[in-house]
Amino acid sequence: MRKGIKNWGPPLLLIAPTIIILGIFVYGLIAANIQVSTTNRHSLTPATEFVGIDNYIQLLTEDRFLHSLLNLAVFTVVFIAGTMIFGFIWAWMLDKGVNAEGIFRSVYLFPMAISFVASGVVWRWLLNSAEGDRASGLNRIFESMGLGALQNSWWNEPVWGMAAIAMPAIWQLSGYIMALFLAGFRGIPEELREAARMDGASEWKLYRYVVFPQLSPVALSALIIVSHMSLKVFDLIMSITKSIYQTEVPATYMWVTLTSNDYAKSATIATILLVLASVLIIPYLIYTNRSEKETR
Amino acid sequence: MTTTMEPAVTSGIEKKGSGEQPVVGTKSRFGRTTKYIFLILFVIVVMTPVYVLIVTSLKPPADVNPATSWGLPVRWPWEAAAPGGPTGLDNWSAAWTALAPSLGRTFLLAIPAALISSLLGSMNGFVLSRWRFPHADLVFTFILFGMFIPYQAIMTPLVQMKTTLGMPSNISTLLIVHIIYGLPICTLIFRNYYVGIPMELMEASRVDGAGMLRTYASIVLPLSLPGFVVTIIWQFTSAWNDFLFAMFLSDTSGGPVSLALNNLAQGAQLANYGSAMAGALIASLPTLLVYIILGKYFIGGLMSGSVKS
Repeated sequence: MRKGIKNWGPPLLLIAPTIIILGIFVYGLIAANIQVSTTNRHSLTPATEFVGIDNYIQLLTEDRFLHSLLNLAVFTVVFIAGTMIFGFIWAWMLDKGVNAEGIFRSVYLFPMAISFVASGVVWRWLLNSAEGDRASGLNRIFESMGLGALQNSWWNEPVWGMAAIAMPAIWQLSGYIMALFLAGFRGIPEELREAARMDGASEWKLYRYVVFPQLSPVALSALIIVSHMSLKVFDLIMSITKSIYQTEVPATYMWVTLTSNDYAKSATIATILLVLASVLIIPYLIYTNRSEKETR
Repeated sequence: MTTTMEPAVTSGIEKKGSGEQPVVGTKSRFGRTTKYIFLILFVIVVMTPVYVLIVTSLKPPADVNPATSWGLPVRWPWEAAAPGGPTGLDNWSAAWTALAPSLGRTFLLAIPAALISSLLGSMNGFVLSRWRFPHADLVFTFILFGMFIPYQAIMTPLVQMKTTLGMPSNISTLLIVHIIYGLPICTLIFRNYYVGIPMELMEASRVDGAGMLRTYASIVLPLSLPGFVVTIIWQFTSAWNDFLFAMFLSDTSGGPVSLALNNLAQGAQLANYGSAMAGALIASLPTLLVYIILGKYFIGGLMSGSVKS
């Protein structure tokens, strides 16, 4: 199909600025980041030597970093479970036919339009750790409903405190997952369902053998998007708790190291985050690329 | 703008067929009632934080105590708890004073960022959707990858670069950054959008001998309005709500509203949650208005984030 520069020259010229800019600011900076992570640049003084993977070994054996990874894992599991459950239930209820569907949809989705910083303001209040007479926020609700036993110190709890931080994230993003699932439901050809019904399939079997298999690509997308967001969680934690040890995740730990000018360490944390993200994203990109080609 | 363009922006979330059709599917009356009870219950849960924000922002500090923290304000916003004391409205004016300078800056940041990335994205999307040059798919993936990286991965060298080049800690630096990192998503949205435009339209112009740039400017650009609405909303919202780049590359004296709000909230004593809540409402208003007025397009942008359109 090669027809010479006259044919593919001009389009290449149109997208050249973007390619150059992204070449520098995405790929170039990633390379620079990896380079910094292999030096001993732990302060404002320039690096003096190449240390190979020493920074990585140090970090991966450091209790503080492992603690931040554990926090991230707890957060991620709760966040994924919460958004997938709410997102699916909402989409499922709306898909079955509801009056004023648009209103319900807009309400469930609206937290997505708000910044994590703004929602952090109100969630800090809701997740107030005071209990008993001094309780406000959610603890006050439990108190007044006679469910005092449910009161807890939320993000102040060790280990499971991260599950409390996941609550605002679930509140913000379940609507997004609902939208994805809803599009998935609406993408199932009506004839498929009709055919199954004609064959006398029960409602459960209809879901088990027709709807769920059709939804699995959507579920995969949703899963990847949510876990990817989870890896990067930063805003929410900074605005609810600031960067403290208890709620530390790699992204906030990186903030601490970079603001104290430990460039090598912050670059090392960042590379690990990038690797984690790539493990999710690259197979996904290949998969969508392939399935798009098939449908063309 | 023709109606055939619509599917590209609504992204299949709307019900098939016309909007008003008899609701079918749920058989029993009992089942239907239960469903609505749950739907409304979820609405209440989702709206709870908004209730808290509004109610708390209208209470003077003297009226804030744990026992009544969920209740409505006991007096009008302009009434003080004690003669001459602060009123609920004082929370709002304190929040306004704290945020006003950064609000203007954030508009100056978010609007140009949205316009410029959208324009570049539309050019890229046009090229990638129509011209089959060697390795076009590879180029697309190359561009797309930038959308999926955690920005932490470029932050350390970016901060170093900013220091080396002596770039200011204000919105002009952030503007450049938002334009650059907005390119992948804008390209993606426009590529998927242009794939939906009938090929014949452009073929006709080629026969006429119009060059590629002329085809773009005279035929493609006028058809692109819905695409632009989606990318501009998307970029505006993400620049407005951004906190990560703002934290690393700017400071409160020159940064956007997210930074100022965080400052206001972190400085707030427990007793004065009121002004922080008022501030959160003020800072969220622009993006909320966009969502309420142009919700359909907002969703279109969201859905394109999942790559497959």
